[in-house]
Amino acid sequence: MTILKNRLFWPAAILLALLIVNVFTSNQFITLQDGHLFGTLIDILRGSAPLILVSLGMTLVISTGGIDLSVGSVMAISGAVACLLIKDLGNQNAVGSVLLIMAVAIAVSAALGLWNGSLVAIVGIQPIIATLILMVAGRGLAQLITAGQIINVQSSPYATIATGFFLTLPVAFLIALAAIGLIAVLTRRTALGLLLESVGGSPSASRLAGIQAKRITVMVYVVSGALAGLAGLIYSANIKSADSIYAGNLIELDAILAVVIGGTALIGGRFSILGTVLGAVLIQTLQVTVVGIGVPSKATLLFKAVVVVVLCLSQSVTFREKVFGRFKSRPAVRAEVPA
Amino acid sequence: MTTIDATPPSTNQKAAVNPRRRVYRPNTKYIPILATLALLIVMYVSGIANYRNFDQPSVVVNLFRDNAVLLVVTVGMTFVILTGGIDLSVGAVISLTTTLTATLLQGGWPPLLVLPLVLLLGALLGAGMGAVIHYFKVEPFIATLAGLFLARGLALFINQESIPIRDKLWTTLSDMRIPLGEHTRTTPTAVVALSAVLIAAAVLAWTRFGRNVYAIGGSADSALLMGLPVARTRIAVYTVSGFCAALGGVLYTINSTSGHALQGSGTELDAIASCVIGGVLLTGGAGYVFGSLLGVLVYGMIGTIINFQGDLNSAWTRIVVGILLFGFILLQRLVTRRAR
Repeated sequence: MTILKNRLFWPAAILLALLIVNVFTSNQFITLQDGHLFGTLIDILRGSAPLILVSLGMTLVISTGGIDLSVGSVMAISGAVACLLIKDLGNQNAVGSVLLIMAVAIAVSAALGLWNGSLVAIVGIQPIIATLILMVAGRGLAQLITAGQIINVQSSPYATIATGFFLTLPVAFLIALAAIGLIAVLTRRTALGLLLESVGGSPSASRLAGIQAKRITVMVYVVSGALAGLAGLIYSANIKSADSIYAGNLIELDAILAVVIGGTALIGGRFSILGTVLGAVLIQTLQVTVVGIGVPSKATLLFKAVVVVVLCLSQSVTFREKVFGRFKSRPAVRAEVPA
Repeated sequence: MTTIDATPPSTNQKAAVNPRRRVYRPNTKYIPILATLALLIVMYVSGIANYRNFDQPSVVVNLFRDNAVLLVVTVGMTFVILTGGIDLSVGAVISLTTTLTATLLQGGWPPLLVLPLVLLLGALLGAGMGAVIHYFKVEPFIATLAGLFLARGLALFINQESIPIRDKLWTTLSDMRIPLGEHTRTTPTAVVALSAVLIAAAVLAWTRFGRNVYAIGGSADSALLMGLPVARTRIAVYTVSGFCAALGGVLYTINSTSGHALQGSGTELDAIASCVIGGVLLTGGAGYVFGSLLGVLVYGMIGTIINFQGDLNSAWTRIVVGILLFGFILLQRLVTRRAR
């Protein structure tokens, strides 16, 4: 009963079911080939890296009661900045310069996050609107940076972060894993997580309790921006070009969905890093599975919609009570209430 | 310029009525709308000053023609936002409506059956989302996001290609022009859009339903304690929004005589932005349909000016809209702070 009541039970069960389907439908679920792991499972892990990164940032933002709609645009800007700078390099394969450029792109993304955070915490604009500004204008900025073109780059160190392998595992997944580890340690082994939840619960009460609520709010948007920037780098490295129109298109919706599937409430005050990662991997697995089991491409979105509807309803406490409550005997329900 | 001319007489009037007030201050709830109106006038005047033929009446008339779809959708969105909710599904409902209309017409269904059918479908989708939001306490953002995936998924499932419409009623409506003067003509779609605005404004201002919408936006708990029909009203606003989105889809099929499943993506954000520019507070309870109308016109005016300029690329549209959004939100922020 306790396992069934856990918020993460249904998402985990659906993920497991999808993975089992993949074991049967894919040619190679997981094998060792050319010195690194290979197969559908690895594809899922590699492909889910950008969504995991964006969703992690989104989790922190949502835990403070905010929301960040601008992540997709930040991804586009970050990819555009990186590709523009790499294209001008004399030697596109110079590791040091590429790393420096990636740092610059992430710094730009963090600065955009700072803009979002300042609007929310200092000016006091509602998060959904404050980040809507950058969502609308950001893609225009990315188009200006690339001058409306798709910038192609031929840089092997840059491509490595998306398609490379290290210790038999995809580098993109390792980057995501490092981000998960860092954020999990920072929020769950220090007081930071508690402070985030406290700000999400009530910003004014937190301030009265001596927590610098504004500083924390600004910080989560900066982190969200930086992580979206990193995700944008992986995305653009994967296609070896900067695509200011399709990079991160609609990823904010997938990220918010991943966070909600993971059991983080949109009103803030509570968050689950593990749940978010589960949600992000679930969404990616769903996309891979739909192709794997041969659902025609025109029905992929419909399939996704049905799973999303089922998930959202299964997580609604009221829905479970109304639908499944009838099957229980009444005295048992009454007995639970006083306890 | 016109705004400055208009202010002094009203100053005198106010001073005469209420001697304690020395300076005229418009009611704070009208400030965002007046600011939008002023901006629209400034944009229009600067357009006339900078571009040839901008002063033709057709420029203004075409604003309504070109933005008819957005206008209708924004009207529906205004209802939802006034209750403090949000509807992300409108763009997807547009695409579903256009695809379904085109497919059914191609299949030889009578047009007078197709029209009510697709409008009903949009309303039903909206009602479904409203019911899920109210009864299962799923957040509007998530419930309408699921609705977005569902509607666009259905649209893509029906057909991924652009479908032409050769139905007689549709082509007649598409070619029909309503003369408004010597050189100015408008389309039936613009008339439909404008009527939607007027009907919505009347409903919000003078009906019990309209008051309930504002009451729920102000405080849903208080509305419930006052005995207002919160469930019915909340489901109704999403129904209105779904209906308006479907109507927007129909207008789109009339404008373009085709249906496409990718049509209308991003319309939800344009509609939300128009509402915000028009002074509708996203927290609910404050705003007017006429504000949203002005928001859509500002949106359309930006596009018109960029068209007249000619050498600006579309990237600038987004950036200008972003800057405008920022300006208006800042203004609203200042206004609401002063009101406290």
